[in-house]
Amino acid sequence: MRFAIPVFPGSNCDKDCLHVLGNVLGQDAFFVFHKEKTLPATDVVVLPGGFSYGDYLRSGAIARFSPIMDDVIRFANAGGIVVGICNGFQIMLEAGLLPGGMRLNTCGHFVCKDVWLRVENGDTIFTRKAGKGAILGMPIAHAEGNYYAPPDLLKEIEDNGQVLFRYCDQDGNVTAEMNPNGAVNNIAGIMNSDGNCFGMMPHPERASECILGGDQGRVLFESLIAAGGGSVCKCGCRG
Amino acid sequence: MAENVFNVSVVVMPKAEILDPQGKAIMGGLRTMNFAEVQDVRIGKMVHLKLSGDSRETVMARATQMAKALLSNPVTEDFKVIVE
Repeated sequence: MRFAIPVFPGSNCDKDCLHVLGNVLGQDAFFVFHKEKTLPATDVVVLPGGFSYGDYLRSGAIARFSPIMDDVIRFANAGGIVVGICNGFQIMLEAGLLPGGMRLNTCGHFVCKDVWLRVENGDTIFTRKAGKGAILGMPIAHAEGNYYAPPDLLKEIEDNGQVLFRYCDQDGNVTAEMNPNGAVNNIAGIMNSDGNCFGMMPHPERASECILGGDQGRVLFESLIAAGGGSVCKCGCRG
Repeated sequence: MAENVFNVSVVVMPKAEILDPQGKAIMGGLRTMNFAEVQDVRIGKMVHLKLSGDSRETVMARATQMAKALLSNPVTEDFKVIVE
């Protein structure tokens, strides 16, 4: 499958995504510079993590107006698959590709640590190979990951099954203590109502190889590849 | 009418229902300094713009468009435009 990875000034997880998709999973992954106005032919767009435009004004607010974003939005509105990781999630919220918004972490500072996530909806192209109830470990690294949706919108996305991940403990218990940033309902990742756009604050691309501390994030990319009818190269530590 | 340059301020604040951790931390600091009367502190942003336009109304309308499109996030923030 083809994965386009837009690169914004300040992106810093773009190479991680390229490495995991290309070298670990054997897919056709490539960069697209943010000043391009047209996406090359692709199956998936992955908006990477980082600090686009220095997080000035609000995280993702300025990147949302980069030239490439008009075509990313067109691609998404035509049913194309768009995944946003961390800053990519923030850009998708600012662009209106996903509902809600981000606030500063409740603790008031940047948080970088490993967290546990519980899969809330296993019937999506992003989570099918993990399955509902699976517990996945991967890192977070952000200062603005405190997801917010006003009460009516929150009810809508909960009722529609748009919440894909919640912060939890190792046994899957969703508690206030395990919420690293104050996000409403411990939400770590959501999709849109059409099921083709998905954003999450944790970093699956930093948890895709055992040699780098864990591979439980890889199942997200494997789900996408399976949904697209592709196969995964068997070079990773899962054999 | 000739074009003039107007000084415009856009004040962006977190919505009332949004927790403001920076404000909370600063309130704690002020109280530690014995400013016991502090009941609440909220932190926002002020954006100063110089805008050319033929009237205050035009400039107000354009600045409001800018505030809605980029300077604020309507999900989490409110804004106010002030034309000097």
